[in-house]
Amino acid sequence: MELEILLQIAGSSLRLATPLLLACLAGLYSERAGIFDIGLEGKMLAAAFMAGAVAAVTGSAWVGLLAGIAASMVLSLIHGLASITLKGNQLISGVAINFLASGLTALVGQNWFHQGGQTPQLTAGGRFLALELPLTETLAPIPVIGPIYQHLISGHNILVYLALAAVPATWWVLFRTRFGLRLRAVGENPGAVDTAGISVVRLRYAAVLICGLLCGIAGAYLSTGMAAGFVREMTAGKGFIALAALIFAKWRPWPALGACLLFGFLEAIGIRYQGITIGSIVIPVQFMQALPYILTVVILAGFVGKAVPPKAGGRPYVKER
Amino acid sequence: MTFARTLVSAAALLLSAGAVWAEDANPAVIFDLGGKFDRSFNQASFEGAERFKEETGIGYREFELQSDAQREQALRRFAQQGYDPVVVAGFSNASAMETVAAEFPDTRFVLIDAVVDLPNVRSVVFSEHEGSYLVGMLAAMASKTGKVGFVGGMDIPLIRKFACGYVQGVKAVNPDAEVFQNMTGSTGAAWNDPVRGGELAKSQIDRGADVIYHAAGGTGIGVLQAAADAGVLGIGVDSNQDYLHPGNMLTSMLKRVDNAVYDAMMDVQNGDWSTGVEVMGLAQDGVGYSVDEFNEALITEEMLTTTDQARTEIISGEIEVHDYMSDDSCPAS
Repeated sequence: MELEILLQIAGSSLRLATPLLLACLAGLYSERAGIFDIGLEGKMLAAAFMAGAVAAVTGSAWVGLLAGIAASMVLSLIHGLASITLKGNQLISGVAINFLASGLTALVGQNWFHQGGQTPQLTAGGRFLALELPLTETLAPIPVIGPIYQHLISGHNILVYLALAAVPATWWVLFRTRFGLRLRAVGENPGAVDTAGISVVRLRYAAVLICGLLCGIAGAYLSTGMAAGFVREMTAGKGFIALAALIFAKWRPWPALGACLLFGFLEAIGIRYQGITIGSIVIPVQFMQALPYILTVVILAGFVGKAVPPKAGGRPYVKER
Repeated sequence: MTFARTLVSAAALLLSAGAVWAEDANPAVIFDLGGKFDRSFNQASFEGAERFKEETGIGYREFELQSDAQREQALRRFAQQGYDPVVVAGFSNASAMETVAAEFPDTRFVLIDAVVDLPNVRSVVFSEHEGSYLVGMLAAMASKTGKVGFVGGMDIPLIRKFACGYVQGVKAVNPDAEVFQNMTGSTGAAWNDPVRGGELAKSQIDRGADVIYHAAGGTGIGVLQAAADAGVLGIGVDSNQDYLHPGNMLTSMLKRVDNAVYDAMMDVQNGDWSTGVEVMGLAQDGVGYSVDEFNEALITEEMLTTTDQARTEIISGEIEVHDYMSDDSCPAS
């Protein structure tokens, strides 16, 4: 019984951590290349909307996913244009993207579906449903392993597995490929990269587009995986929590996984245990709900140590002066 | 800017002129957080206004609140522009109503779900505890595990009233039943967070709940979705939501907000206006539960007889369902 509860909470943590993880990795690519990205939230929101809308119209979750990714990448390009080509302020561009997404999704949604900015309820085909991995039935009777397999490993939708797979993939790309080396270098010392005859602009655009791709998956996960349709502001600050997780993880992929799982876990605990009583003291619901945010502040303020962002982060690269 | 202002004032002039000529109602509706199309509470008031429009041909102005800060602003603006009556549905509008209704003594206001004691305000409150009691009984009778769930929206006394009535109904049928209760949040955002709602429902289903009742506006869409995905039963609220997941919707606790809105507008139109507190309970058909083509297979003859019996007994006073808001506590949990 105890194991079962633990596994249920673990499964819930995993589901809640998935959008954070995807957005966190998205931010990691962008910021490692020296482009700060506050617009994760906005990109996720736009992707959630497009994925929900297109999945509702076509009835296919996969087409919806592609549309979501496309929407997110368009916003990424806008961010890139403003901060790479036009050498504008990256923070302002990011904030603008958040506002743009928040307003546009509601406006376009109202115009298309006339349901107050929502998309119609998705049918089964328009959603990423939980997958029952093979062997679940066979393994079920085995103690410990059976329940772990059933509750924690099996029974999530494909995007959850994709997000988990993105962690080693990101590590490999960043630390084991030439592209990754150059990407990291462009975030630390773009001058050196330029001297070596490699295009800073092209590398940074590549990073920003990868960021858009991952944010797109994160958004599609929200509207077509977790929920069945888009509602206004459905990202509910997840992009910002992902940014916090990125700093907490000091811009590294594996710690990012840990940080996102921690945030997911805190949220799962907040959902599961509302109004628990310890002895005669009732812990109020509000406290449990605030707990993730309180811990975020505590962790970021106290336990991270010094989080040093990529050196060239936030500064547009100017070739010669 | 100046041009826009001229336009607006011209429009206002036109509208007020119309009101003087025809003496028709010139209603405005304000929808609470969660949005007009929450398929639940706000949608019910939208449907009431639409019904009025269809029958009388008189249009209405509408506004969807986006944040708590807009409550007073929206009310005042409609009153200033000469709309009459101004209808607003939502528990959290009481204090804004108190301020604005006092400022415009000649405007007729309607407040649904809360009470403001002013001569120009009609307050309509529902006996949600009674309706919730009945769906609680249905839930307990439909449950095979003896465990049922409740997911509320924002943690306010009104939603606790739903929860409390529901628990009493469940316990009336099965005293040993276990009821899991969750609230989505403590801010207005809790009315429109289906992702969190779905996760709350999943957590209750994991613990064995096989019937889940929501009183959470737009958040409830996620709750019902999670219930349908897991193959258990959901119970809708406010509007009839049975059509959302046929076969996985046990019933819906109907709260006739649409009637309250429609009646208010009609009364102004017909000159039957009255103020004070209107209580819409089981006896007035203000609350109830739905049985239609989507859920009739799930509700047996026996279940119907039992709940109908309880309904009669509540109306006659034989069964007294405790109202959470009367003393801010619930005897059952």
